[in-house]
Amino acid sequence: MSVPHRDDFGARIGMWLFLFTEMMLFGGLFLLYSAYRSMHPLEFHAASEELNVVLGVFNTLVLLTSSWTLALSLTAVEKGETRLAKGLLAATILLGVVFLVDKGFEWSAEFRHGIYPNGPELLKRAPGEVLFFGLYFTMTGLHGLHVLAGMTLLSVALLKLAQGEVKLGNSVFLENIGLYWHLVDVIWIFLLPLFYLAA
Amino acid sequence: MTMDTSHPPAEPASYQTITTVWAALLVLTGLLVAASGVSPFWAVAAMLTLTPLKAGLVLYYFMHLKYEGPLIKGMVAIALTTLVIFIGMMFLDLAFR
Repeated sequence: MSVPHRDDFGARIGMWLFLFTEMMLFGGLFLLYSAYRSMHPLEFHAASEELNVVLGVFNTLVLLTSSWTLALSLTAVEKGETRLAKGLLAATILLGVVFLVDKGFEWSAEFRHGIYPNGPELLKRAPGEVLFFGLYFTMTGLHGLHVLAGMTLLSVALLKLAQGEVKLGNSVFLENIGLYWHLVDVIWIFLLPLFYLAA
Repeated sequence: MTMDTSHPPAEPASYQTITTVWAALLVLTGLLVAASGVSPFWAVAAMLTLTPLKAGLVLYYFMHLKYEGPLIKGMVAIALTTLVIFIGMMFLDLAFR
């Protein structure tokens, strides 16, 4: 009988290589932000004042807590505490939903004020403010898509955990999804001061 | 038959370690927000120190770099160094324009 091929270390290397492309993707956008901010410091400052700091900080706490529950969930799997792991993983997905709902409230308030790409109110502003909001919607939007993708993958992991495919001694799938989710958290850690605290 | 090259971490990160790191991340976020309200100098100083520290904690503990061998650690170091070189080159370009 043949043993199915398994290479956890290779799987982790593959995931890290993918994460490097993600780092370069967001890294490029951070470079763009830095360049435009150094050209339009006052406009960036003024535009940042209009963002809702409370919602931004709340979302930071939500995402940090989701990273905590996910890391706990992986440890629970590795200790064979499957029931606890499932609960923690479900909590992580729920926190992802809270993050996106909060983001939805934030964006819809901005849309109502005419602040969106090519929006009537935004086009009356100075070029630096248009650039700030363009970057804000692009970067938080791209980040939001990553949260959505992460939640989808976490749901698959939860299913695999329930079916016994992810278990003690075979947890690399959850581990790799965890790496992805934590990187999405790291990106938000940088987005918070650059957009919400720049005022 | 194939060789099993799985290398799970020798010991999973303990609940206590993970919770301590989470608490530290919350405290650092609080400090970052507080510093941003003090003065522009403190806002920038906090952003340049506390933000990479927070990212480092997530990478080291939650992303298990602490428990990885030299290969993955080295790969991450090369990727981050590349990014830092790009950032440095961009600021040089801006400064001498």
